[in-house]
Amino acid sequence: MNVRSPDMNRRWNRKDLLGLRELSADEINFILETADAFKQVGTREIKKVPALRGKTLVNFFVEPSTRTRTSFELAASRLSADVINISASTSSLTKGETLKDTAKVLEANHADIIVLRHSSAGAPQFLAQRLKSSVINAGDGAHEHPTQGLLDLYTIREKREKIDNLNVVIVGDILFSRVARSNIFGLLKLGARVTLVGPSTLAPREFEKLGVSISHKIDNVLPDADVVNLLRIQHERQRKEYFPSIGEYTQLFGLTKERAKLLKPDCLIMHPGPINRGVEIDSEVADGLQSVILDQVTNGLAVRMAVLYLCGGIATP
Amino acid sequence: MSATIIRNGRVIDPANKRDEIVDLAIVDGRIAQRSEISGQKSEVEEIDAKGLIVAPGLIDMHVHLREPGSSHKETIASGARAAAAGGFTTIVCMPNTSPPADNPSTIAWIKDRAAETGCVNVLPSGAISKDLAGEELAPIGSLEEAGVVAITDDGHCVQNHELMRRAVEYARMFGLPVLDHCQDYNLVGNGVVHEGYWSTLLGLPGWPAAGEEAIVLRNILLAELCDHRIHCQHISAAGSVRLLREARTRGVKISGEVCPHHIALTDEAIQNFDTNFKINPPLRSQRDVDALLEGIADGTLSILASDHAPHADFEKEVEFDVAPFGVVGLETELGIFIDLLVHKHGKIDIGRLIEMHTIEPARLLRIEAGTLSSGAVADVTLIDPNLEWAVKTDTFQSASRNSPFDGWKLRGRAVQTIVSGKTVWKL
Repeated sequence: MNVRSPDMNRRWNRKDLLGLRELSADEINFILETADAFKQVGTREIKKVPALRGKTLVNFFVEPSTRTRTSFELAASRLSADVINISASTSSLTKGETLKDTAKVLEANHADIIVLRHSSAGAPQFLAQRLKSSVINAGDGAHEHPTQGLLDLYTIREKREKIDNLNVVIVGDILFSRVARSNIFGLLKLGARVTLVGPSTLAPREFEKLGVSISHKIDNVLPDADVVNLLRIQHERQRKEYFPSIGEYTQLFGLTKERAKLLKPDCLIMHPGPINRGVEIDSEVADGLQSVILDQVTNGLAVRMAVLYLCGGIATP
Repeated sequence: MSATIIRNGRVIDPANKRDEIVDLAIVDGRIAQRSEISGQKSEVEEIDAKGLIVAPGLIDMHVHLREPGSSHKETIASGARAAAAGGFTTIVCMPNTSPPADNPSTIAWIKDRAAETGCVNVLPSGAISKDLAGEELAPIGSLEEAGVVAITDDGHCVQNHELMRRAVEYARMFGLPVLDHCQDYNLVGNGVVHEGYWSTLLGLPGWPAAGEEAIVLRNILLAELCDHRIHCQHISAAGSVRLLREARTRGVKISGEVCPHHIALTDEAIQNFDTNFKINPPLRSQRDVDALLEGIADGTLSILASDHAPHADFEKEVEFDVAPFGVVGLETELGIFIDLLVHKHGKIDIGRLIEMHTIEPARLLRIEAGTLSSGAVADVTLIDPNLEWAVKTDTFQSASRNSPFDGWKLRGRAVQTIVSGKTVWKL
């Protein structure tokens, strides 16, 4: 994998991965194909390749995250990059330094790749416009979480051998979900049909303009689904105005054992984690045969290796 | 004795229903009869206004001058220069300074500072509520004695309808108009952009049009209840125009103003997260823009204003949702309005545009300005309605550069600004 494939420069010339909305279907497919090779690396006894040897990656997390940060850290280590983790509590952002200044300092320390998690939509765009380093969006507000979108696409493609024409149902808090948006953009580009399910406050009609269908009756859409992607449901602070209780949510939208019986036998059950067992998904269903939740985690590593490899290769020729 | 004669211009003075090519005479800082000039012994300054419009000095009743408190964004001096460069001879500054203009001593300070450093007429407005907090009335009577021309909590909105009702009722005895920034805090929440297609796509918190319309409706009801003028600032939503139209047809003392950015741009402009398009109320949909244009055409919206809101680069160059709201406007306002309203969309003629920038705000504020009547203070703006020019923020007189119009090519602008007979700016 330390030899750059000949069609790489033709199919990929971005230094940043900010979202899936701006990518073409070909670019998305190219990342997925590149991830295939890295997935194979993960099965070897020696899981490390020298692709990013000598490069420095900064995990810059201005919003807490364990899974995504760990996955990026592992991915970077396997590519032989040096990794530094900076989180909001240890960064100087809390001392009143602006995002721009902090990022400039990272760049002055020769960071080649900055992986940014931030609570503000558009923060990765903001950095990418101002830095020569590669900027990888690890989730920005309710905007995008492109590597999660890609690993979901990868998992669907791996298990169903295609994405085109599949019926994908995304259930939960769509309005505030960056995972939902990246999935919508990616799935539509690759030809899937997307149905959003959730309370009308969290799956508002405005989303129809993005080219998806909306349903508030989960029982009606489950029988035709090829993939059901359940988002984590929280009922804290501002969400209290959006639905009355977790109990009512589970009653109306939870993937219970009863409801799981409506699914086709080959329908995939996905969840970006962390799971609320018994809330958006029944505990046994989460661990059942149709669940690919842990495959998503494994694939996340391969997809992030591919993204770091492709973007990291562009930033410093 | 000083005397000036402006020759061969097209004098448009909507207050006197005048539109003719004629010479305009100024003697000792006041508009004079042509005959008064003939008797002048001293030298008479001549201004050739051939091909130009000679208008009463323009009024912008909605600007933020940031002084006292934030002179790194703007000062009264720099804001006044920006006004002069935009063709404005009178501006009304908003009270959300630091400290806020909710007391007579701050008003006195602003007036002194304006007299010392301002090259145009700077008229202060005072707060409706103490500390702009919406909880108790500011000393409105003392503010009136100190010389405010209106009261407003602009930037904030009194949420308590009862307090607003009493403020309007109380202001009525002084004849002070009440200006309102219409925003329902519960409906708007932490919204930063228009709630619609782009907020959905970008995952930015939405600011629904209903958050403005609800307060416009509240103001209509209170204007009726109190039989006193409420003016709704920076109207952005189609529903607000509809509500205002219906109320004005019934004779309610309610009015609305439009800012250039709300007719020149839609929420599509936010797609790159450029904070120079972050404005409160937000840029809205094309449907809203069309409704504003119709509201201007049929007289529902009677005032044009900039909501000039300077911010330093370092303040704007941050994450979208934490950046301050607002754009500078004084130096692009007239160009945008002439270009869009008169030339591109043909919604109104230049006479009505001048009226909306002169006698309309003057009557609303009950100030002596906005006309070229004989004996009036000689505030005059010379306008070339066909001059083509490009906006360059680095040439602004304003201390700030946060304009969404950098690089725009416009047709029409002020070329000379005269305050009390003295030229304060010339292209």
